[in-house]
Amino acid sequence: MASTEQEAAPVEPTPPKQVLYCQVCTFPVEYCEFGSSFTRCKEWLQKENPALYDKFYSEEALQAKIGTLSLEAQEKLEKDTAKKEAKAEAKADAALKKKMASTVTIKRIERNKRKHVTAIHGLEAFDVDLKKAAKFFAQKFATGASVTKNMQGLDEIVVQGDVSGDIVEMIEDGVGLLKNVPKDNIVEVEEKGKKAAS
Amino acid sequence: MFKKFQPSADVSGQVSVKSSVQRNIRASILSQWNINPETFEQIWPKKEPLTLVKCREHISIYTLHGEPLFFQHFDGPFFPTLRLLHKYPSILPMVRVDRGAIRFLLAGAHMMCPGFTSAGGSLPPADAALPPNTPVAIHAEGKEHAAGIGLTKLGTEEIRKVNKGVGVETVTYLGDDLWKIQQL
Repeated sequence: MASTEQEAAPVEPTPPKQVLYCQVCTFPVEYCEFGSSFTRCKEWLQKENPALYDKFYSEEALQAKIGTLSLEAQEKLEKDTAKKEAKAEAKADAALKKKMASTVTIKRIERNKRKHVTAIHGLEAFDVDLKKAAKFFAQKFATGASVTKNMQGLDEIVVQGDVSGDIVEMIEDGVGLLKNVPKDNIVEVEEKGKKAAS
Repeated sequence: MFKKFQPSADVSGQVSVKSSVQRNIRASILSQWNINPETFEQIWPKKEPLTLVKCREHISIYTLHGEPLFFQHFDGPFFPTLRLLHKYPSILPMVRVDRGAIRFLLAGAHMMCPGFTSAGGSLPPADAALPPNTPVAIHAEGKEHAAGIGLTKLGTEEIRKVNKGVGVETVTYLGDDLWKIQQL
């Protein structure tokens, strides 16, 4: 259907409009003032595109903007923005702290006398794609490795065979996918004589 | 619709779309949006396969090489994603809200009638009035780009007359979870 129309009318396609998105809050730059990181957005824009910065944040532009709103409403808006910003910052801080506090547990589980599996838990806190990491381990150690849910219902990687030492080493060296994992957060655990028979 | 949307939890499956279905989609989009086939060819070249991402509550998002292009709720009209709308602003009819409403729009609220009828807002003129349940681009006073996409709950003439309550339901807006997903 589309093709017949195309032949009939050789219209030039309209080129897409280029929109400058803020690298800090991902909004189009004119909406930064409603985001939660306005101060940082402003700094970024000033560095990146001074002309646009002047357009939005020069004295005149601010005056023109205030003109359309009552003074009270403007004040309230500013207050709200500041509050929102503080909140977002606190949230980001808390998230970072939590990330730094979270641990990667490497558990060696005895499956059968002399046979072990290694369960790695907590990698996802450090932006590791579990599926990819499992694949990587499987390839590296030439064994089976999979992402499974453990008893708490959390995702972990289970690698067949006792590879706990190697994995600790890999994290310390920061191989490929694991480069964001801080080595101080690793905990090694050994589990023997499981209760739940599988 | 996308205020809370986690790809890990809300996506139930991805399939590539049959070519006959793709043809249907293309035809219906061309009839629904204000866009000529040549321009649409740029957005979605004919040879490229489209992927359907099925989500909870019968939302289907269509992606091209992992990038969401448009979505649909049940068998409703197709909505472009906000990023696509920014590139081609003319594909949806435009309504504008006043400055006071931006804050609420970016928090995901539905747009109330007075926001359109006050000094800062604007609606299409009477000879181009929109019926209810039309996808619209929600622009904001003093801003160049759209801040959200909505579905009219009342006809535009009715909005003027009633001037109370929800006029346009917000479907997606700047900073919601669909906006944050750049790759699916």
